[in-house]
Amino acid sequence: MAADEAPPPGAFDTHDEAGATVLALSGRLDTEAAAALWPRLVAAAAKGPAVLDIARLDALDTTGATLLLTAEAAAAGNAIRGATPAVASVLDRVRAALAAPRPKPERGLSPVARIGQAVWHGGLAARDGVAFLGELTVTAVRTLLNPARFRLRELLRHLDEAGTRAFPLTILLGFLLGVILAFQSAIPLRRFGAEIFVPNLVGISLLRELGPLMAGVILAGRTGSAYAAELGTMSVNEEVAALRVMGIDPMALLVLPRVLAGMLVMPVLSLLLTLAGLAGMTMIMGLLGFPLNTVLQQLSSWLQLSDLLGGLAKAAVFGLAIGAIGCRAGLGAGRGPRAVGDAATAAVVGGIVAIILLDGVFAVAYERLGL
Amino acid sequence: MTDATALSEPVIRAEHLTAAFGPHVLFRDVSFEVRRGEVFVILGGSGCGKSTLLKLMIGLVPPAAGRVSILGTDVWSAEGADQLALLRRIGVMWQQGALFGSQTLLENVEMPLAEHTRLSPAARAEVARAKLGLVGLSEAAGRLPSEVSGGMLKRAGIARALALDPPILFLDEPSAGLDPITSAGLDALIQDLARSLGTTFVVVTHELASILAIGDRCIMLDRDAQGVIAEGDPRRLRDESTHPTVRAFFRREAA
Repeated sequence: MAADEAPPPGAFDTHDEAGATVLALSGRLDTEAAAALWPRLVAAAAKGPAVLDIARLDALDTTGATLLLTAEAAAAGNAIRGATPAVASVLDRVRAALAAPRPKPERGLSPVARIGQAVWHGGLAARDGVAFLGELTVTAVRTLLNPARFRLRELLRHLDEAGTRAFPLTILLGFLLGVILAFQSAIPLRRFGAEIFVPNLVGISLLRELGPLMAGVILAGRTGSAYAAELGTMSVNEEVAALRVMGIDPMALLVLPRVLAGMLVMPVLSLLLTLAGLAGMTMIMGLLGFPLNTVLQQLSSWLQLSDLLGGLAKAAVFGLAIGAIGCRAGLGAGRGPRAVGDAATAAVVGGIVAIILLDGVFAVAYERLGL
Repeated sequence: MTDATALSEPVIRAEHLTAAFGPHVLFRDVSFEVRRGEVFVILGGSGCGKSTLLKLMIGLVPPAAGRVSILGTDVWSAEGADQLALLRRIGVMWQQGALFGSQTLLENVEMPLAEHTRLSPAARAEVARAKLGLVGLSEAAGRLPSEVSGGMLKRAGIARALALDPPILFLDEPSAGLDPITSAGLDALIQDLARSLGTTFVVVTHELASILAIGDRCIMLDRDAQGVIAEGDPRRLRDESTHPTVRAFFRREAA
């Protein structure tokens, strides 16, 4: 059997021969033996002119050959001698491989240049973002002028995926949110005997702020990331390029239905979340001993229709932003296996940051308008 | 043992292999031997089970029946240390390269070295550079897989498969998707490595030019026959076979 005949693992001994150091190797210099010998052999060879005698080497693989050549190059005047034909073939092949020109080391940018590069790239990305919004607007206007071209089926599919399928999650989160808010605010208000105002507090927060914001977070996590992953995969597979070449506008076919779906489902999700939250709050109030009638009385005396409509309008704008950011991230996906993952992350992070920024803008605008 | 028998010593032995997906049988009762140092080609039309046969030999897909042994170890009964020792003695180049996209070519080649040897990081980098040099990719060492061409990806895949100097290399469709010049370059590389390093190659392909250029011996699988329809030197099969499918394959006729 071959296993019984296998030569022993490589080893070397050192002796002097007419003033020169001779490092005599024997056995089989394979990857394992090379790893074991590497530090000692290179250190011995680095001491000065040495002869690497490999006449008694039985077998050599490319890792072993790399070791021999590294040892040879460790000091000036080192030489290899005595290679048998089989060993010489591997050695020559690896010598040629290592002699090939190395890549030129890339010169790193100075810190100042790196800041400049980051700013430049940021500017380019911002320009692309504005161009994307412009293109989306033009496509939307064109579709309005020629409604027959609109892909209604696509829109319905996305309404289902972004909307109806998100209902259970939205109701669950809204209900829990209402329960938690009511419970947490009841504790401090009880000290003043003012638990009766819990519906006012929870109602106004849900209608004006938390409903649209939480629905936005749900949409960004569920749908924004899905848009980015779907469109990202399509652009990596050159499907988007294929559409362009066929004369089909990817904006009209892929982006518009998605963005529109995001914009249409958001008010619904927000309303659902708000109602579920109010139900959760009512349950806690019931446990605290306040009947349903009292709670409804508080809500109707304190909340106005403008609170609800303001929240829903805000939600629609959030949906537009999340849809557009998700599609933009997907269409702009780079190449390689990480591109789709990066696009999905960018869609979620960008979507959440955008809705919070927009929320601030709305707060100022509503205050100025006296809403 | 004489030199002649040592040369033809089998390193892979497949016995009565059957592959099936549920009730659908791809091939049955396939037996062959691969000898040390040869370039062994598995050929056949699309859907005949070439790639499945390869996966069965490297332990990825279990055979429905039969057994494969590599260097005396049964692929499907080896466990633990035996299995690891076996895996270290084979290398695989995947059809699309299967290089890790987040790592440079050099890091891709270093990975098995870091996992399975005690080489220092500096020595490891030097060894990985040598492997990339062997396939002619020295200058691309620092690039990511997404930044190189399809032919370079396959070369890098070979370099990574060579990382632990396995005596047997499996190549899945080395010429697929490459232009004739790049493909011929890859064929020359395979022959060069087989000659200079003595590596045994098992190549799955349907590229006629490549089969004739590199193949020492081959088996041809056929979907309709559900098995091997020809075995031997591909050049002799081209000139002498009387089997209609084999003749059609080598003459590029519609069957």
